Amino acid sequence: MTTATTSRLLGEVQAGDTLPELGYDVTATTIVLGALAARDWRPMHHDHDFAVNRNGTQDIFMNTPNQAAWFERYVTDWTGPLGRLGRMQFRMKGSVFPGDHMVLSGTVQDVSTDAAGCGWASLLVTLAVDGDTKTDCSVRVALPTTADDNPWARRGERWLP
Amino acid sequence: MSDPTATDTDLPAEVAASIGRVQYEIEGDFPVEQGYIATSCASVENGNPLYWDPAVAEAITGGPIAPPTMLSVWFRPHHWAPGRTTEVLPLQVHFDLKAAFDLPEAVMTDNTIVFHDPVRPGDCLKTRQILRSVSGPKTTKLGTGRFWVIDVEYLNQRDELVGVETYTGFGYRRAAA
Repeated sequence: MTTATTSRLLGEVQAGDTLPELGYDVTATTIVLGALAARDWRPMHHDHDFAVNRNGTQDIFMNTPNQAAWFERYVTDWTGPLGRLGRMQFRMKGSVFPGDHMVLSGTVQDVSTDAAGCGWASLLVTLAVDGDTKTDCSVRVALPTTADDNPWARRGERWLP
Repeated sequence: MSDPTATDTDLPAEVAASIGRVQYEIEGDFPVEQGYIATSCASVENGNPLYWDPAVAEAITGGPIAPPTMLSVWFRPHHWAPGRTTEVLPLQVHFDLKAAFDLPEAVMTDNTIVFHDPVRPGDCLKTRQILRSVSGPKTTKLGTGRFWVIDVEYLNQRDELVGVETYTGFGYRRAAA
């Protein structure tokens, strides 16, 4: 299999840059597939009757680990495969339901190089529905500083996430 | 503004003694597996070639790895297992604190994941929980209770740290109507 492996370099990024938006029509399948892929068997993520009549929510809703997977996909779509996640911080504000059109957007907050020489971009990524933020995620992702740099090769004291 | 999660200096002795102590070391039920990696990537249409193209994975990460955000996936128990009567929850310390302070409700207000060494198919991971702080009584719009901070550390079979999740929880009792 041949796959594009182009990756974004640190020098190509600056504070204020925006990431391309990702829009996705969420269905019941999206929610259920995501929950089961995360081994989350709790009924509010696959059982409409339980979600509505026991939890009091409008429908089944996307679980947190699956949202994390969406954020990861969104960020590494932008970085390319050499981009290596160092840290993610989530602030949950609302739920995502079947029928929602979710939109992920992101902004570069800061670009830096740490004491070990690793390049970092700090991002604020937002998952929103109809302009209403459901989850904010602060992401620290390592980017190669040169064409022959590979953040994934860092271990121990050379990896400071 | 003061840190709402700062540790109370007047905690019950049992709770104070548990701060900083490693608790609930749990081994995953099964080794990290490639099929689940593909299922997770498919669920979010993640086409990162690290997870689909062995040649790319070999060149960049020295072989296949799991998406970092799958860390907690490897510790969720099977929906059913023969003979199982009890299970330790991934955040058992959180539930212990709710019981210790008789706080019926709780929410997570913050979740941070820090990623260390990559996780690879075949790895047998283990996890452990460490209570970092418990605040004094606080009143928020939800009710009156306490904040606590819990670290969940993940290690591989060589005891190398692969990640740390930090949760800030707020256990509370609703104000009387």
